Amino acid sequence: MQAPVHHIVGYASIVRQRLLPIPGAVLARLNQKVNPNDVIAEASRGREHLLLNVAQALGVSPAAADRLIKCKAGDRLAANAEIAVGSGLFARRVLAPREGRVVLTGEGQVLMSVGETKIELRAGLSGTVIELIPNRGAVIQAVGALAQGVWGNGRIDTGAMVNLMEQPDSVLDAGRLDVSMRGMVILGGIVKDAETLKAAAEVAVRGLILSSLYPSLLPLAREMRYPIVLTEGFGPMPMNSAAYKLLSTNAKREVTVNAENRDRYSGSCPEVIIPLPVSAERQPPALRDVETFAPGIQVRMRRPPSAGMIGSITALKPGLTAFPSGLRAPAAEVKLENGETVIAPLINLEVIG
Amino acid sequence: MATSLIDGNSVLAVDVGAANTRAVLFDVVEGEYRFVASGSAPSTAQAPFKDVSEGVRNAIAHLQDILGRSLLDNSRDLILPSQADGSGVDGLAVTLSAGPTIKAALVGLLAEVSLESGRRLVESTYARIVETIGLNDRRKTEQQIDALLRAQPDLIVITGGTDGGAARSIQKLLEPIGLASFIMPAEKMPAILFAGNAKLAEEVKSLLGGFASLLHISPNVRPSLETEDIEPASRELARMVVEVRKRQMQGVDTLQAWSGGHTFPTAYAAGRMVRFLSKVYSADKGILSVDLGTSAAIIAAGFKHTSTLNVYPQFGLGENLPALLNYASLEEILRWSPLDISEGALRDYLYQKSLYPASIAATQEDLALSQAVARQALYLAMQFAQRDFPRQARRIKPSLLPLFEPILAGGGALSDASRPGHGLLLLLDALQPAGVTTVILDQNNLLPLLGAAAEQNNILPIQVLESGAFLSAGTVIAPVVSASFGVPILRAVLTYENGTEARADLKYGTIETLPLSSGETGRLKLQLLHGADVGFGAGRFPKGGIQVTGGALGLVFDGRGRPLELPSDPVRRRELIKKWLWTLGGG
Repeated sequence: MQAPVHHIVGYASIVRQRLLPIPGAVLARLNQKVNPNDVIAEASRGREHLLLNVAQALGVSPAAADRLIKCKAGDRLAANAEIAVGSGLFARRVLAPREGRVVLTGEGQVLMSVGETKIELRAGLSGTVIELIPNRGAVIQAVGALAQGVWGNGRIDTGAMVNLMEQPDSVLDAGRLDVSMRGMVILGGIVKDAETLKAAAEVAVRGLILSSLYPSLLPLAREMRYPIVLTEGFGPMPMNSAAYKLLSTNAKREVTVNAENRDRYSGSCPEVIIPLPVSAERQPPALRDVETFAPGIQVRMRRPPSAGMIGSITALKPGLTAFPSGLRAPAAEVKLENGETVIAPLINLEVIG
Repeated sequence: MATSLIDGNSVLAVDVGAANTRAVLFDVVEGEYRFVASGSAPSTAQAPFKDVSEGVRNAIAHLQDILGRSLLDNSRDLILPSQADGSGVDGLAVTLSAGPTIKAALVGLLAEVSLESGRRLVESTYARIVETIGLNDRRKTEQQIDALLRAQPDLIVITGGTDGGAARSIQKLLEPIGLASFIMPAEKMPAILFAGNAKLAEEVKSLLGGFASLLHISPNVRPSLETEDIEPASRELARMVVEVRKRQMQGVDTLQAWSGGHTFPTAYAAGRMVRFLSKVYSADKGILSVDLGTSAAIIAAGFKHTSTLNVYPQFGLGENLPALLNYASLEEILRWSPLDISEGALRDYLYQKSLYPASIAATQEDLALSQAVARQALYLAMQFAQRDFPRQARRIKPSLLPLFEPILAGGGALSDASRPGHGLLLLLDALQPAGVTTVILDQNNLLPLLGAAAEQNNILPIQVLESGAFLSAGTVIAPVVSASFGVPILRAVLTYENGTEARADLKYGTIETLPLSSGETGRLKLQLLHGADVGFGAGRFPKGGIQVTGGALGLVFDGRGRPLELPSDPVRRRELIKKWLWTLGGG
């Protein structure tokens, strides 16, 4: 049976596509070396629109108004710029109510986009641009360590990582955060209260890498301006040993916390990338997204019992196996890192690699 | 030996679910169509696979292993038609429920007329209404444009106006749709379905045709003020949903090509089958089908002159699970659990399970949680769907579920019920049927596949349905009565075909069973006490009794009252739930 792979790897070639949500201009060049905070593409989007009924304002037919409209789609207009002028001695004028861009004209109307904001797409990782995607973004290749998470709050940032975890089930509380951590990415554990998230914002951290978060804190976590990545999920869940080992041994390094929302269909998922120099002896291996369950493969348990624990498949069970719940499913025997051996449904396992 | 009335074409039916893909073979055995075997594999709509056809190939490969017969060629393409060496199949039908919930904007005139019909239309598929624009909308056109841009609908459904009626109000509503669609990036342009005043169809085409990824025109859902006719628009919407899925997921086009266009949303295919059954079999009761899966809860009901189909992605047991808390408290969900589980553990479960929708319960506690959640989700879906049931449908009390015969139940949640007793109690708790009804568990989830296969072969569904491919859980007798716990409410005598008798006394608040195997029939006589009503009037039952059919659990007498009220004391409640489960052999 094919198995999805959850990446927790110490050294690999990481290829990521970065795309604007709407068409825009790509600023990056092919083969350009980029840093995480480099803007590689940008676009502008109007926060709102104005529909100006020129025909009505001038008291003319839509066709006549179309002849009087002076602007065209794409024009940028300053506030009070003249859009159309009627005829006669006391001709009425239609002015742009606000600064903006003309989206469309016709039928005696002008549609303007106003309150435009610039969307900047950052590289998100240190690497090389290996492909440009016209009007949308680029593909970047990096070399380093990678730890994927299961939930992110949609932000991205980079900073030196400080380890505040003594063990995989450490709890991060507000008291442990102080001004010395300003601009740092914090490797925390379980967060149980809102004060911790607020304290991290006050300290101005560049990111939180947590094992888990209480579900009641999700609305607040989504509001935080810094990225938050959860490696395990929700409730009091310790960090899996592979992620804990990888992240804690890379403390003090510069890391990118890309807490992008998980999208099962596109495959985007929150992750922590630690750039590393290319080793002269070893070319970085490419990441494999699909594996086949087999003895010897390292897996993580997704559901109870032993949820979050890492182990190795020792045998694949033939046919269907009955579980204490009464359900029957294809299964594997897994030797967990604590020495215990359990039988788990294959569908509840993911390959670590 | 029966004479075959059919030309013997084998039909492969494939269901692509959010979690699992199943391939089912129907073929002619001794002159009649039968369900032959089923193979399954995890669905591959999502990353890293991102191609639904991969999961379909895997499921077919599993099926061919079971059959010992080749269905795929060396390039893993389906062998169509069947070959002289026995390989391949003659036809393929596909149902599809995988894919993200479709975001729909609803545009219409009056809230209680065309917008209400539009709501019913949108609810007939895997969509969630994210924006509504109506005649009484006080927002300016530009605000409506911005609202549409923020909502980014995949689909816009326009209703409104009676055929031949006024057109200006609808014309005005087309403006924000056209302008918003114009502004959207090409790949995000919505699909548009116009199901309003037929007179406007050409105008809609010329105004919106250039700004829609797909524009379909269907007959008006409200041809006149008094008439609502959702079905033709629902059929059109089903076609559009497949097209939308083609844009969203790779591999759907391959399935479309293999099936010769016989690809349908799963819910639509199930609804179609229920509609068909209600026309063929329905007497004075309705036919109900419920399906609780990862992507949605689906309620399809057929009555004598009408049918309803409601799809609720918000009650699906997959990635939408945390949204259940918008409709129910943790306490309300936990009332169904036979185990003492904390609210915190349930909340963590809902969020964690949403990360891994395809995962299954391996422990007893995990199963208790998943079954409690499934009960609440199905209960809510049923409450919502009941709004659309016809008022004139027969009921014992106006506030209760109409009388149904039979109730068909399928979907992942019921497959997850490890024993038929678990599945049946889940249904009794969530649906709370009243009166006498047969409950059929569609353990292979065949109903939608039969609905899809019916497009190619209309004999197949009837023959498969009558072949015993579905598991009858039994006949349920659920009296409506007002009594105190422990008071006798019903005395039953079941006479078997061989003349022997079995008796049961039912007390209020309990469940009792009498054995009656699948395929067996018996004559049931009831003495109803305290004005108990099982659909024949208070305290009344036909003198000569009624014929009942057996099932995995025989006859099940549910004396817990309607509506079901669970004890408020949690310890007593859990004990009772365990007892009920034990009675139904699911303990």
